[in-house]
Amino acid sequence: MTHSPETATVMTAADIDRALTRIAHEIVEAQRGTDELIICGIPRRGVPLAQRLGAKLADIDDSFNPETSLGSLDVTMYRDDLRTSGARTPEPTQLPTTGIDGRTVVLVDDVLYSGRTIRAALDALSDYGRPQAVRLAVLVDRGHRELPIRADHVGKNIPTSRTERVGVRLAEIDGLAADAEQVVIIR
Amino acid sequence: MKHLLDTQGLAYHDALAILDTAEEMTAVSSRQVKKLPTLRGRTVVNLFYEDSTRTRISFEAAAKRLSADVMNFSAKGSSVSKGESLKDTVQTLDAMGADAIVIRHSASGAAAQLAASDWSEAAVVNAGDGTHEHPTQALLDALTLRRGWSSAHLNGPRGTDLTGMKVLIVGDIVHSRVARSNVWLLRTLGAEVHLAAPATLLPYGVESWPAIVHYSLDEALSAAPDAVMMLRVQAERMGGVFFPTAAEYTRRWGLTDERLRVVEQLRLGDTDSPALILHPGPMNRGVEISSAAADSPQAKILDQVAHGVAVRMAVLHLLLSQRQHDGNHDE
Repeated sequence: MTHSPETATVMTAADIDRALTRIAHEIVEAQRGTDELIICGIPRRGVPLAQRLGAKLADIDDSFNPETSLGSLDVTMYRDDLRTSGARTPEPTQLPTTGIDGRTVVLVDDVLYSGRTIRAALDALSDYGRPQAVRLAVLVDRGHRELPIRADHVGKNIPTSRTERVGVRLAEIDGLAADAEQVVIIR
Repeated sequence: MKHLLDTQGLAYHDALAILDTAEEMTAVSSRQVKKLPTLRGRTVVNLFYEDSTRTRISFEAAAKRLSADVMNFSAKGSSVSKGESLKDTVQTLDAMGADAIVIRHSASGAAAQLAASDWSEAAVVNAGDGTHEHPTQALLDALTLRRGWSSAHLNGPRGTDLTGMKVLIVGDIVHSRVARSNVWLLRTLGAEVHLAAPATLLPYGVESWPAIVHYSLDEALSAAPDAVMMLRVQAERMGGVFFPTAAEYTRRWGLTDERLRVVEQLRLGDTDSPALILHPGPMNRGVEISSAAADSPQAKILDQVAHGVAVRMAVLHLLLSQRQHDGNHDE
């Protein structure tokens, strides 16, 4: 492409925060509480989103302890596109030391697109144990699934074309001020 | 990076990518399922023209943890003993579908020749060539040093290098590919490298190396290194022209119980953590390292073995998951 890309903001910092608050409430409602719950972010941008969800869950329910119920799950080594998209350095995987057996794991990612990342995450998770259930929370669902995967909790559905890209800009990863965070579509 | 042939030509960001990947790979051995599906359906050939149990097993474990198929080819008792050339052997392995060839050879430059040839499309990993280089050993040493250095400084190892660290390498430098690989890599990573050896065991031209040379171990220890790496004295060189007797070598160049008391006082930088003792193995206890030093809490020798598998996993992953054609990849 020779012309400069055009970007449109589809979520502001306040929109992102409201969406996460709603998702936190949805999780508590669906689980009837926060017992045996693990919130697990997929690097890179799923991790800060999971941490924020953890903080909101602790506000809603005193019994939720982010110290023992937050994790991150890297899926690099489980991807099916390593041969075509090149080697990437894996990010840390940190799961609660109590393990994931019998718990309900909520995977958190920024954008749900083809579903292949989540497929890889499900494979990775099964190598760490056998959760009672796995749920999926995403900030943005942009469609174009290539696998039979859907999200349980969605911040915002954003219809896109395959030629567009969705950019999630977060303070922790992109070094922005908190109120400058946004979700953009790049055409 | 298509091959891993040496550390002299290894770029800083490639070295960090290997170390950061290896850092995550160390966690695999403590999981319930000690295996990753990354290299499923790929074939790794260990082509060993020199005896080496440790390195071969380490590469084999690394390839298997990544779900690759492993074929072991050792020259002894094979077609090589019937006079087959390296070229014919490699072309045979290529015809069997090798995706990576891990080669150890007694000739310096064997891995580079294989990589430069059109005998095979496979990625080449140098597992030791003559007295030239042994890059994965240096990388596992660097991983061990970085872990010690960063935990002493209370920060995570990821993305950090060895800036500010002083590493002393002691012993048979002239015959040691481990020493050569370490000199180049540690330098790339920002460490200050010191060498201590009898003049007979220092290579010609060592003054042009990016390292500080000491002709006395006690003098080198008084320069307060953060880590001391003892090299193995090869039995066939003992009592030869390089030094008079093994006992004299031990007295002047060994990490004896008396010198261990000096090393026990050394610290990692300005922290309270003790300095590290490394040895690439196999050790000659009582020759270059005393039993007390080998078993001291400062010795990271078993960590080095564990890190060897992680580093080799990282190298195989990064070489075999190379971009084969440009894909427009999102998220």
